[in-house]
Amino acid sequence: MATVIRAEALRKVYGQGDTELVALRDVSIATEAGEVAALLGPSGSGKSTLLTALGLLNLPERGRISFAGRTVVEDGRALVDLSAVRRSSIGFVFQKANLIPFLTARENVMLALQINDRVGRAADARARELLGYLGLADRADHHPEQLSGGQQQRVAIARALANHPPLILADEPTAALDSHRGRDVMELFRRIAREQGAAVVVVTHDHRTLDVFDTVHEMEDGVLSRRPDPATSHAPEASP
Amino acid sequence: MNLAWKDIRRQGLRFVLTGLGLGLLFSVVLAMGGIYRGMVADATMLVDAAGADLWVVQRDTRGPFAERSTVPRALEDRLRVVDGVASAESFTYATIQRGDATNAVRLGVVGLSWPMNRGEHLGLVAGRPLEAAHRELIADRALGLALGERVPLGDDVYEVVGLTTGFVSSGGDGLAFVTERDADAILGWTAPESRRLAGGQRAEVLPSAVLVTLLPGEHAEDVKARLGAWPDVTVWTADEQRGLLLHGVIDKARQQIGLFRVLLSIVSAIIVALILYNMTVAKSHEIALVKLMGGRTRVVVGMILQQALLLGAIGYGMAIAIGSVAFEHFPRRVVITPVELGGLAVLVVAISVVSSIAGIVRALRIPPTLVLAG
Repeated sequence: MATVIRAEALRKVYGQGDTELVALRDVSIATEAGEVAALLGPSGSGKSTLLTALGLLNLPERGRISFAGRTVVEDGRALVDLSAVRRSSIGFVFQKANLIPFLTARENVMLALQINDRVGRAADARARELLGYLGLADRADHHPEQLSGGQQQRVAIARALANHPPLILADEPTAALDSHRGRDVMELFRRIAREQGAAVVVVTHDHRTLDVFDTVHEMEDGVLSRRPDPATSHAPEASP
Repeated sequence: MNLAWKDIRRQGLRFVLTGLGLGLLFSVVLAMGGIYRGMVADATMLVDAAGADLWVVQRDTRGPFAERSTVPRALEDRLRVVDGVASAESFTYATIQRGDATNAVRLGVVGLSWPMNRGEHLGLVAGRPLEAAHRELIADRALGLALGERVPLGDDVYEVVGLTTGFVSSGGDGLAFVTERDADAILGWTAPESRRLAGGQRAEVLPSAVLVTLLPGEHAEDVKARLGAWPDVTVWTADEQRGLLLHGVIDKARQQIGLFRVLLSIVSAIIVALILYNMTVAKSHEIALVKLMGGRTRVVVGMILQQALLLGAIGYGMAIAIGSVAFEHFPRRVVITPVELGGLAVLVVAISVVSSIAGIVRALRIPPTLVLAG
């Protein structure tokens, strides 16, 4: 499988002097198309910093990030228009659905398409197709406040998928959901990876769903390590 | 899909109320311009209606509308025999105040050279011209008098026989047209005790000017040059008299109104800027999301700019609606022309664009990672 995103020797430091905090210490990670990767770790371990670095939102001072074989960030410098990469190639899902309240479910999905210059009937059809794919066909014209938490999160996933991004980054997407709906969402990510060939990186605290993931990475004090076998990730010592 | 419009629809009533508030502000800006145009129209209406080619006034004065001017009674006859003159009529004008301190009425009294001039040229909107030499009066509607109403002025009581509209002094007081003889009686009236002390003598009232109409083919400048050697008069063409009114009598008002409009425009811009800034702050999360998804700067800028223009457009519409209902009840005439409306439209667009800058700067500073902050 082709590598979608590769990060090499990322280093990110917040503050300076006595308040200096190293959030990423020579972190390297690579995710392939169709792979679902989990990112575990306690609060403050650097998970979100890594996710925002992979999402080209928060550039590390050192290291290199390549996207589909092309280097886009090197030693804190953007080598390409990062907004354009995010627009066309990265889908984001957050802890909260972060839907725009004055848009319907369909319009929230269409917004991602419109940002990528896809408008009109084709965009409308794509939004309906995605909502149907995620079981929300009958909720397309509902506003966020008319949807349950799980439905809102599925709309957010549909929005993330709108432009067929090769990379989906999710930051604790099940934190606001009960365990049953949380598992549904995680399995949905695996289905998306399998069926659409996207690489999915999920920051999670939920150890009960780790069997869904192909790879599990752990962060601690800015250091990333990979568990050799996700099946062993249920080990008690790994629990928070 | 227009994000600006979607957001406005969500805000609904709040946005409309904001637009209404702006509309009130813009209506005052519109009214200021309309009041000035009304003053111009009022000031020049009498000059235009008189239809004279030349205004012959007291030496070194600017005519009866600008300052006190008196000319000899015989001037009318002297002018009639000048080459190129078709007619010459005495014109008497003064503003008086009658009534007690609590119920005072100010009016401009205009003496017409009856029977040559009965007031037909005034464009009566009701009633008839002056038919009698005495005790008849044509009143402007600004005085609030009705046809047939009897008005005591001096020693006599005058009957309102005709009504005009739009004839007011530069101070906004309605005009009353009477025969020249009656104008003398009204303007020269003094209290009986004053008259007794003066040995029964009445104050003599002299005409304010003589209005000259030229023969066809005669040029005003030529006749004016002929009269240039007369030592006791100054001659103004109708255009000059109009110019003196505009640039002399109401120039200060124009400057004051202009300054007031500038201040109101600045206040409007500040208010719109504050509204847009607050709207932008309220949408920080949504703006951050759009930026995080890779939205171009123009998407965010466009949304704020469109909302600014829409807010301005609502304010503009409200201003016109408010004006169409309220302006006719203003004590002074408010003249709204297409130029005035066009000017306000340009001003509103300028205010909207300038005001959106603060919101746009705020939006551009919102980091996309704000979304991750929850």
